[in-house]
Amino acid sequence: MRHIVSLLMENEAGALSRVAGLFSARGYNIESLTVAPTEDPSLSRMTIVTSGSEEIIEQIFKQLNKLVDIVKLADISEGNHIERELMMVKVSTPSDQERAELKRMADIFRGRILDVTDETFIIELTGNGSKLDAFLSAVDSNLIIETVRSGATGISRGSRALRV
Amino acid sequence: MKLSGAEIVVQFLKDEGVEYVFGYPGGAVLHIYDALFNQEEVKHILVRHEQGATHSADGYARATGKPGVVLVTSGPGATNAVTGIATAYMDSIPMVIITGQVATHYIGSDAFQEVDAVGITRPCVKHNFLVKRAEDLAETLRKAFHVATTGRPGPVVVDIPKDTTDPNIKIDYEYPGEVEMRSYQPVVKGHPGEVSRAIDLILSARRPMIYTGGGVVLSNADVELIEFTRKLGYPITQTLMGLGAYPASDKQHLGMLGMHGTYEANMAMHECDVLIAIGARFDDRVTGDVKQFCPDAKIVHIDIDPSSISKNVRVDIPIVGDIKHVLTDMNKALKASKKKPDAKLLDQWWQQIETWKSKNCLRYDRNSALIKPQFVIEKLHEVTGGDAYVTSDVGQHQMFAAQFYPFDKPRRWINSGGLGTMGFGLPAALGVQLAYPDSQVACVTGEASIQMCIQELSTALQYMLPVKIVNLNNRYMGMVRQWQEFFYDSRYSHSYLDALPDFVKLAESYGHVGMRIEQPGDVEGALKEAFAMKDRLVFLDFITDQTENVYPMIAAGKGHHEMHLSPERELA
Repeated sequence: MRHIVSLLMENEAGALSRVAGLFSARGYNIESLTVAPTEDPSLSRMTIVTSGSEEIIEQIFKQLNKLVDIVKLADISEGNHIERELMMVKVSTPSDQERAELKRMADIFRGRILDVTDETFIIELTGNGSKLDAFLSAVDSNLIIETVRSGATGISRGSRALRV
Repeated sequence: MKLSGAEIVVQFLKDEGVEYVFGYPGGAVLHIYDALFNQEEVKHILVRHEQGATHSADGYARATGKPGVVLVTSGPGATNAVTGIATAYMDSIPMVIITGQVATHYIGSDAFQEVDAVGITRPCVKHNFLVKRAEDLAETLRKAFHVATTGRPGPVVVDIPKDTTDPNIKIDYEYPGEVEMRSYQPVVKGHPGEVSRAIDLILSARRPMIYTGGGVVLSNADVELIEFTRKLGYPITQTLMGLGAYPASDKQHLGMLGMHGTYEANMAMHECDVLIAIGARFDDRVTGDVKQFCPDAKIVHIDIDPSSISKNVRVDIPIVGDIKHVLTDMNKALKASKKKPDAKLLDQWWQQIETWKSKNCLRYDRNSALIKPQFVIEKLHEVTGGDAYVTSDVGQHQMFAAQFYPFDKPRRWINSGGLGTMGFGLPAALGVQLAYPDSQVACVTGEASIQMCIQELSTALQYMLPVKIVNLNNRYMGMVRQWQEFFYDSRYSHSYLDALPDFVKLAESYGHVGMRIEQPGDVEGALKEAFAMKDRLVFLDFITDQTENVYPMIAAGKGHHEMHLSPERELA
């Protein structure tokens, strides 16, 4: 089962490597990991997408909780939540036909074109992972020059919140 | 008070009540060593290798319950300490290890004696810190002691760059006292609902079993455990790490369990219907094949570390909390409960256990013309009145000591259970002897293990630590040899130690007393003579039977009921 682990940790040097080290030392999966400071500069928020059996997920939570730098964590995929990932795709636009087609495709997926040159577009898309995957498979793969994805972030719906 | 960073480190240790620091100087910690000079309160014990410093501090911590403190330099000082840090981590021993680091502006430049100590130690510490400002030293050190000694204890590394301890920069210092850490708040009290569910299950057991581990010792909960066990009248077994919390000579005690546990303890585990696990972590050496582990049992598990619960074996009633608190609550609940254990069923269960006991699984050949290692340990128990602190290294001798020296008090049995570190015994014994100068301290070892930290014989002389080394010398890495005999058709690949030193002369050259004992009839006399020498370290080199194996034995990956007893009484 896929789970989204959201956690708040002390914004200190080495905190990220404690989390990454834990996952590699114990052989847990990481599908994606994102981290950035929060509005409180002493705290960072990390989102880890992982998968495993019920027992493994339970251990992941317990082991993360044990790390001294981690203040709070939650499995946001347990309840209603919103998941978003950002992707930027650089595509080649050899002719007007491709330019029109890619513009149309970006519109269908509610993407935005951030950069235009004679030969390329950069298209920005946000959504959950499967929407981004769908866009990539809808576009002629020969046209894709480069993609970059942020990894998933997420937040619980309603009044549930991860805060100190 | 205005102090330099180096002076803050030393003043802090005084204010923290640290009695001994085990260490070895070097470039990055010279400012701190200078601050240690000309003061008496914090006593520095100069070891001969940083691994020895960590094991000595560890032995001190295990025997006293107080945190062990280590001071080593950067680079090789830190890496040499890693084995000892990992040893303490695996057995949850409170320690604070101060490692020097190159000056902050050199960090990352591959400077002389630079290693990323925080990175290297990260997977084998409870937590670690890099202190880049002298202003942060006192609070960080306080946090280190707080984290090391509370919750599930463990080693904490504090890495201090040389410029942080600059003697020319003086800043304000005040002992920080209590620290609050929002990200670290260990649970102490058990959940009352779970406690009462557990009591209900425990009192309805037909074939109960209590299984305890090192957590009981760490939590100083021996008195509460004894009350709990006696009140219930249930059988109890202890892990290698738990030995001594419940008196081994008590009739309810079935001995150690696991790979080299007793027949009765392992069979009772296999047949029980309610298992009460207290401060034990279901290690693979204890459980054997987890699929066959306690097949009929409902399991209650009390532990301070939530991640220990349902890690290897699923449990039915988890109680997270400090064992001393939880057992106190459980004892109260037992007293208040109207329900009592079913005396008739319990009696039947004890009768079953008696039949297992009658196998006399720890029997060995007492008429042998060669010295049997078990015999030496039994005599050691006799000569020391069962009241010694016994440290050990790792291997057959460790198992013989655990099996044949019944520990009736906690913190008397000091060994590397989790990591299994050869070389642990001697330096650990030095730490114990420092803590208890008037007590008998024996290091049970083998000729392979002892050579891994033999240099600490020199430390022992410097500080006049009269440890008695009981070397069970079978000229083999005994446990390796045993596995090779059983599982590799007696192909003794590199387990025989050619070119052994003359241990008597070796001990003498280090300034100690050495004895070689080759006849069973001389064992007792030699031990008596050695322990009578109250102010001398004595190295007793017992030449033992090379072919002796540790029994009973559960082969790796087998179930508790699939034990091998010694050959002449193999189970049908």
